[in-house]
Amino acid sequence: MSAPSVEKGIQAIKGQIDAPVASFFSACVHCGLCAEACLFYTETGDPKYTPINKVEPMRRIWEREYTLFGKAKAALGLSKEVDADTFAEWETLVYDGCTLCGRCSLVCPVGNDISGMIRKIREGFAAAGYAPEGLIGASTRAVEIGSPMGVKLPAVQAQIKHLQKNTGLDVPIDAKGAEYLVLLSSMEIMNFPEYLEAIARIMHQAGKSWTIASKAFEATNSGIQIGVSDIAKLLVSRVVDAADELGVKTVISPECGHAFTAIRWDGANLIGRPYGFEVKHILEVLDEFVKKGLIKTEGMEDAKLTYHDPCQIARKGGVVEQPRNLLNRIASNFVEMEDAGEMNWCCGGGGGVSANERADELKLTAFNRKKAQLEALGVDTLVTACANCRLTLEEGLEENNMDIPIVGLTEMLAEYLVEDDKEQA
Amino acid sequence: MDANELLAWARGSGFDIALTIFVAGMLLRLLEVLALGNKPDLSAPRGSGPKGGVQTLLSRNLPRKAVFDREPLRIINGYVLHIGFFIVLFLYGPHIVLFESFLGFGWPGLPSGVIDAVGAITILSLIAALVFRLNNKVIRFISTKDDYVAWAVTLLPLLTGYLTYNHLVASYTMMLALHLLSVELLLVVAPFTKLTHMFSFAMARWYQGYQAGRRGVES
Repeated sequence: MSAPSVEKGIQAIKGQIDAPVASFFSACVHCGLCAEACLFYTETGDPKYTPINKVEPMRRIWEREYTLFGKAKAALGLSKEVDADTFAEWETLVYDGCTLCGRCSLVCPVGNDISGMIRKIREGFAAAGYAPEGLIGASTRAVEIGSPMGVKLPAVQAQIKHLQKNTGLDVPIDAKGAEYLVLLSSMEIMNFPEYLEAIARIMHQAGKSWTIASKAFEATNSGIQIGVSDIAKLLVSRVVDAADELGVKTVISPECGHAFTAIRWDGANLIGRPYGFEVKHILEVLDEFVKKGLIKTEGMEDAKLTYHDPCQIARKGGVVEQPRNLLNRIASNFVEMEDAGEMNWCCGGGGGVSANERADELKLTAFNRKKAQLEALGVDTLVTACANCRLTLEEGLEENNMDIPIVGLTEMLAEYLVEDDKEQA
Repeated sequence: MDANELLAWARGSGFDIALTIFVAGMLLRLLEVLALGNKPDLSAPRGSGPKGGVQTLLSRNLPRKAVFDREPLRIINGYVLHIGFFIVLFLYGPHIVLFESFLGFGWPGLPSGVIDAVGAITILSLIAALVFRLNNKVIRFISTKDDYVAWAVTLLPLLTGYLTYNHLVASYTMMLALHLLSVELLLVVAPFTKLTHMFSFAMARWYQGYQAGRRGVES
């Protein structure tokens, strides 16, 4: 990558402005309601976190570059320029103070997709050289090593060996013609090996062929978070190439929010062509298996529990019913948080915030919202379906001395799976 | 220029000039948006884009509970302001006559006493909107000169209309001329302020709704 500069940043932002963005800026009436939906505003009370304010540099560039009136204003010296100071001032708003959760976009009365614009403006900040160290590091590791946490294939293989010893089940690597290509997030490899074991057991029970790709086991995409489309494209291409090479029918996105956004929605646009395979979130696949009777469960968890909707999976991914269908099958005391589903509050660590150490304190302040939600319910267990949410929630709970275990929904389902050791069909 | 001459100008050339600027200005603003284009989405759709677009066009007319519970007064005031403005603009007899002269057809209006009351409520609602803007830390923080200009040019036609109808401040002829001039000011200014939202809101809702519909997500 060439050296970043303010000029490149401005050009990158210009390149992101399309008709939808222009319509959003033309329609904004400065009503401020987006702030009421943003946990960074509600938890800090600082109006600078008002979502529409986070894209003010983009609005200035749009007005100057793409409107006649704005050009006239600029010629007369009546408009504010976007310069190095602007980038410096807005950097923390754009990266630290936004998890791209998308709640603001759902409440805007004129229909502005504000979080979509924040995702876009990050392209300019990264190109200008105003991106957080944590995200630069994660992106560099993803490009050079293959994973934002620096996880390499041997780590996955070691986990597989362990799994095989424990369960006697096979974890196919690079199996051509398999129906499903299973992706993992680094966090699942490093922190939550339960996930892969659950997959192996469920796939075995469902009688489905599946594989992991040695060249593309990692689903996460730091390029999406930092806002560098070239990196995002490279990382998505690894998955697409592997899926094409192996000839799989469906790629399964793991329990990770932004990975789903990256591979399900952004991927085809990044590589510039539709995929030759389907992409589904693991919860969609599990719900399908249950509905088709491919897997059965027995027994119920009696502890009072609730489900935290990962923003990219529920609000932005449309996977809302499936986790509820699954939980109602295996939990007898499942209760919902206020605003559950499409309007659920973010954990505070999405959109690259958890990879950005500079934002740690702000992230914990934002967590107060989730803390209040959990306290209101008084649950014994918290279930979720995103490893990043899970780590953020664990950290927040620990910081607040709250003793609530967190489990991934896939591993929980596997716990109640009926395993009859039938041979694969 | 006396009141009669002023009224004649406001009814004639003044109105023509203002309307031309309004129409040309708004068209320019909307074309500026459309000219930027929108790349086709290559991801596999889960639902219908157009259906989502229409749905969002309608659904955003109502607030979500999550924000309504936090800011009920501001949201209700927004409704009063918009609905009041529409009633006064479209359901006052003399206004309908004016529209009829352009469109060739009219529609039934409301009794002028009702319009008078609605006008007063709308004026109060606009004043409340300004109070919110100045006192709420979020709105004050994000407000620009544009917001205050748009507020003033929206208030003036309502205020002068109210004063004209109630024969206050100046002669009826003078007030009517001022009322027309204030409407013309609104028409001239609108395309260059956030008042463009009167049309662009539909585009914004459509774009977000279209994407959401395609993806099968809430909008």
